[in-house]
Amino acid sequence: MSDIRHLIDISTLTVEEIDALIKTALDIIENPAKYSEKCRGKKLATLFYEPSTRTRLSFESAMLELGGSVIGFSEAQSSSASKGESVADTAKVISCFADIIAMRHPLEGAPMVAALNASIPVINAGDGGHNHPTQTLTDLLTIYREKGRLGHMTVGCCGDLKFGRTVHSLIAAMSRYEGVDFVLISPEELRVPENVRNDILKANNIPYRETESLLEAMPDLDILYMTRVQRERFISEADYVRLKDTYIMTPDKLMDAKETLSILHPLPRVNEISVAVDKDPRACYFRQVLNGKYIRMALILMLLGVK
Amino acid sequence: MLIGTIVDGIVIDHIPAGRGMELYKYLELDKLSCEVALIKNAPSEKRGKKDILKINDIIDLNFDLLGYVDPGITVDIIRGGKRVEKLHPELPEVIRGVIHCKNPRCITQVEQELEHVFRLTDREKKVYRCIYCDTRAK
Repeated sequence: MSDIRHLIDISTLTVEEIDALIKTALDIIENPAKYSEKCRGKKLATLFYEPSTRTRLSFESAMLELGGSVIGFSEAQSSSASKGESVADTAKVISCFADIIAMRHPLEGAPMVAALNASIPVINAGDGGHNHPTQTLTDLLTIYREKGRLGHMTVGCCGDLKFGRTVHSLIAAMSRYEGVDFVLISPEELRVPENVRNDILKANNIPYRETESLLEAMPDLDILYMTRVQRERFISEADYVRLKDTYIMTPDKLMDAKETLSILHPLPRVNEISVAVDKDPRACYFRQVLNGKYIRMALILMLLGVK
Repeated sequence: MLIGTIVDGIVIDHIPAGRGMELYKYLELDKLSCEVALIKNAPSEKRGKKDILKINDIIDLNFDLLGYVDPGITVDIIRGGKRVEKLHPELPEVIRGVIHCKNPRCITQVEQELEHVFRLTDREKKVYRCIYCDTRAK
């Protein structure tokens, strides 16, 4: 790979780089006019091989608010992939048209292939169940804005912790900050995988505990990161029926929560957070969506080398 | 068992017992026109048993591959009937085109011409992961 900087996996960013991105995002929020022409004449190509509402529009609005423009496709059927073109060839071709690529692909590793072949920066906008680094950056900016810090807090992760890529990345990213401990709330069947428990938590001596009870964990939490428990993840229908309502957030479940709790969710939600919770000031998930745009603006600036 | 003495060639020694044929295939020794001998289950002081490959020619060897199979393997270079060099392959940082990713959701499963590449992520436990999808090599 050449000197061109890509973002494929959140772990390739140092804590200092993440802090710098957050700092830029905060400055964009404070002084949007200062950034409105930064990418004038630059083009972002959004190569989305599968549908996505939030992520694609977030990238596109980020580039537009930087004064740049956007080209791309929003499903594989409307691209040359439908004719059998490889990701490598597509990356080489798009490098002739655009200045930066944001790619979503259902297959794991596709953005890495693009990065190895493109002559412009590539951002992984989600590759199957593998990585989604800009979601993690979004989560980190949200936590920072809600708490004013990224360390010294108890983070609860709730729901599907086995298959939820956003949870794994968040645990990896937050583990790098001092004084963070985790409460992992899930049914037995959906606990975090061994590699997260061993390679991240145990390897770095990060305090954590696992529980099946959201209510029991609630009073300790500063952050609650909700994910969806999906029916198809369960082998036994009986287990799904037994457990599904346990992880639906309703106003009554917040009775014992801290006043300063922040509830995050990568969205889309289906039924795991009741609409009634939206009015609670502790619900951050829509503010989180907005933060996604700001952090993507900061990332585009960084990867393009725009000061 | 008697195997002819090598004059100019290579002896790949201390191969873990039972993995000699695997290495024979990886190194594509079947494509050589010179004499090649695979000795299985030879007595070994260190391991009890070992496999040995003798190649009656000096060829370019993929040392990354040897190190991946087992860093305990040794390579003797023989010239004029005498050992002139003893080499110790190391566990490689990256291994290309030898092992294949088994993750059905990996891009390599669909884009057949992509080279399968694995990188060493844990030297102590000898863990290699696919550079595309991070799946652990088995």
